[in-house]
Amino acid sequence: MSSVPATVIALIDQLQYEEAGEFPVERGYIWTSCASVENGNPLFWDDEVAQAITGGPIASPTMLSVWFRPHNWSPGRDEQPLPLRVHFDLKEVFDLPEAVMTDNTIVFHDPVRPGDLLVTRQILRSVSEPKTTKLGTGRFWVIDVEYLNQDGQLVGVESYTGFGYRREEAGE
Amino acid sequence: MIPLLTFGNVSAGDELPDLVYEVTATTVVLGALASRDWRPMHHDHDFAVNRNGTRDIFLNTPNQAAWFERYVTDWTGPFGRLGRMKFRMKGSVFPNDTMTMSGAIEGTDIDGVGCGWASLLVTLSVDDEVRTDCSVRVAIPCDVDDNPWLRRGDQWIP
Repeated sequence: MSSVPATVIALIDQLQYEEAGEFPVERGYIWTSCASVENGNPLFWDDEVAQAITGGPIASPTMLSVWFRPHNWSPGRDEQPLPLRVHFDLKEVFDLPEAVMTDNTIVFHDPVRPGDLLVTRQILRSVSEPKTTKLGTGRFWVIDVEYLNQDGQLVGVESYTGFGYRREEAGE
Repeated sequence: MIPLLTFGNVSAGDELPDLVYEVTATTVVLGALASRDWRPMHHDHDFAVNRNGTRDIFLNTPNQAAWFERYVTDWTGPFGRLGRMKFRMKGSVFPNDTMTMSGAIEGTDIDGVGCGWASLLVTLSVDDEVRTDCSVRVAIPCDVDDNPWLRRGDQWIP
């Protein structure tokens, strides 16, 4: 019989924390990202190439999560919003003070284009029974983050495997 | 415009050319800010050393993803379309590290809707120690008339 509480099992495969990005996808950030890794792919720099291959300019695919990182400051906000809130919810539910991400997979769907206003939502996919690793005892969980454009088209999915744990006390 | 690299040109076991890059503090800070990551361990040496216990500031994960993308599409050219990336972080990359990105084709296939794929294992190493490895599935034109970017809906199965 599972030791995962029914309240957590009820959340599996349910959409949570749907939210829109704070600003539309913009080319300045695309160029800054490409410059940071000296990425000369003409898709991002040459509009004629972009038109011929992708039907117009697109964002670098690996920038998916960039469009959801909050400003470092914005008026009227006292604290930074937590990213990946399902992860922090699980740490709290299971009273596991430490956590690491062990795997990160990104799947790319429709291209993201300048001007898009993306929406993200989180989906808990699984929670393990208690496990003991060299870090401590805790549980693994898998969380998907889906990204959609303003037309509801899926543009990407990130999957995170997290391990929430409690360190073993010395002598235990 | 036609693709320079097509499915018929690639085979399992082929190796991609290495990319060698001297990492500086500017590399780390620019990469963090370009990915809107304001956390201090990516720009504040004192915080990284005295709070995180690392020897310096270090490359953040989203910027490493951008490095892997650049490395793969340097090889495919603009017709290459990323389908999937999976990271395994094993260690950090610091200023003054010389990072070497290497890649090899683990397999190729044409899926049920006719899209050509190469499966790659790409590593980011410093001093011959793998700091991050990344499995990549990238679509490559089947021939000079093909363009993976035109695939939508059920014709795109990454």
